Amino acid sequence: MTVSTPAPPSRRRRPRGRDAAYWLYLLPGATLFVLVIGAPLVGTGYLSLTRWSGVGDPTFVGLDNYQRLLHDEVFWASFRNTVAMIVAMVVVPTLLGLLLASVLFDVIGRRFKPRTAAALRAAFYLPQVLPVVVAGIVWGWILRPDGAFNSLLDAVGLGALRHDWLGDPDTALPAVMAVMIWVQIGYPVVVFMAALQRVDPELYEAAEVDGANWLRRFRAITLPQIRPETFVVALTCTIAALKVFGPIFALTRGGPENATNVPSYFAYYTFFKKLQVGYGSAISTVLTMIIVVVAVVFIVVQARSERRDRGI
Amino acid sequence: MAITITEAPVRRPVRDRHHRGVSRWVVLTLVTAGALVMLVPFAFMLLNAFKSPGDYSSSGPLSWPTEFYTTGLRTYWSTVDFPLKLWNSALIAGSVAVLGVVVSLLNAYALGIGRVRGRLWIVGVFLLANMLPQEALIYPLYYVAKEIGLYNTRLSVIIIFTVIQSAFGTYLLASVLGTFPRSLLEAAALDGAGKWTVLWRVVFPNLRPTLAVLLIFFFIWTWNEFLIPLVMLIDNQTQTIPVALASLQGDRLMDAPTTNAGALISLVPAILFFLIFQRTLARGITAGAEK
Repeated sequence: MTVSTPAPPSRRRRPRGRDAAYWLYLLPGATLFVLVIGAPLVGTGYLSLTRWSGVGDPTFVGLDNYQRLLHDEVFWASFRNTVAMIVAMVVVPTLLGLLLASVLFDVIGRRFKPRTAAALRAAFYLPQVLPVVVAGIVWGWILRPDGAFNSLLDAVGLGALRHDWLGDPDTALPAVMAVMIWVQIGYPVVVFMAALQRVDPELYEAAEVDGANWLRRFRAITLPQIRPETFVVALTCTIAALKVFGPIFALTRGGPENATNVPSYFAYYTFFKKLQVGYGSAISTVLTMIIVVVAVVFIVVQARSERRDRGI
Repeated sequence: MAITITEAPVRRPVRDRHHRGVSRWVVLTLVTAGALVMLVPFAFMLLNAFKSPGDYSSSGPLSWPTEFYTTGLRTYWSTVDFPLKLWNSALIAGSVAVLGVVVSLLNAYALGIGRVRGRLWIVGVFLLANMLPQEALIYPLYYVAKEIGLYNTRLSVIIIFTVIQSAFGTYLLASVLGTFPRSLLEAAALDGAGKWTVLWRVVFPNLRPTLAVLLIFFFIWTWNEFLIPLVMLIDNQTQTIPVALASLQGDRLMDAPTTNAGALISLVPAILFFLIFQRTLARGITAGAEK
């Protein structure tokens, strides 16, 4: 598959024969890639055109599964919840992360000891190192009717707000979103803080001498300087939000009444609980296409903005 | 929760905050409060991991344990056979880390140094593969693994993640090797070194810091993976730490203190890696973000 890809015209002086031996180095990786990623991907695409329970032979049904998807309320609900996941895993953590990283770097790192900033950064980053399922299980217990969160509300005199946070369709999604913000926030904080280290300190000092306050410096220096990192964070977090599975599995299994269902959990459930392999494959294929489109759009936009910057 | 705390500095920009002593302390207090909120779930977990079920049901999740109760911890340890789970996780994540780095290096050598034709397309395919949802692969993988007798083996998970992780590794290393100093390669070629020798004697030693970061990333990512191990590993002999915890929880077999004890032991290895590799990782994240 890789061999047949069209090659951009080579303008190098190197004789062709020299290239050939390098293909050998690509051989093991490419073979594994075709077996473990390429073939299964094509397989899922094919299965999405069939009806199959996983035993016997699949029955070819054309685009029936996709037609069914269009009229499936659960499918649409799962994609609406994906938007909520993007808010909780991309929008809020990126904005909050910019703010926190900037404050940690610019105020705390410079006006206090750098170790203070490093310790605070570690606290925000800690949830990122945990297996996300373990975090989900702990949060699932905290948010239970008899869990720690309700006890905390009691203890501070807000007992009237006691609630089955994950069990009520109205509060389950906001609760899951809050957990995802907690899980995700450390990643942008750490990336942005690292990014700020390569910004020339003289920029900040000059701005300060000119009397620019923190907000001005944030907008005029911090944001433009770390835009490449912001792109990377936004892209990787968006892909993660589109694929989110573990936390949903651990917290709610998509319930109650699909209030927190997401495409990847919906696909898993359709494959392995309902044994509708064709339909599950159609869900996965649609999700894959959305992810590919989002990734390509991101990369094109980033390339354009880089080019524009260089033009100016 | 953290939102309300940390928005404050932006809303009220004080012109000369850095010249006065007070405002920086306000900022420090707000950010510290936010950091403490981040740590609260860990505090809840610690508080309840050492509590007896009776104690928990009579005085609730917030009380201080009346005794230092370790039976929950020990019950979880023996019920899931934790040492075996630890070994499974370490074996899978360790093998994937090493194999994934080797495959990434070989691929990237061909793409970045060898500059084989169509390399941009090939790197693009690897990059996209890294973003695919695992649901798009899982059923065929599950079916074929069953057919060829690899289902419910650690080997199946090792092979799958070696490929998935090396898709990212190939993308990263290919761009790193694209800027590899040509003079080093030419000098080695003049000495009569073949491609294989150049790879291990010239490229590998120069790339070692990047490979170390990649190794740690692959290890931790694989350690934390969930969907594929959940589908592929179905019994006590083969399961990893996260899958074991999730399946016990799914069976509703555990009371709250045991859940917390189980979560606590499951977190310990991850936190240890974090402490050990913190500096390397911070460097690696920068490297990853700057590409």
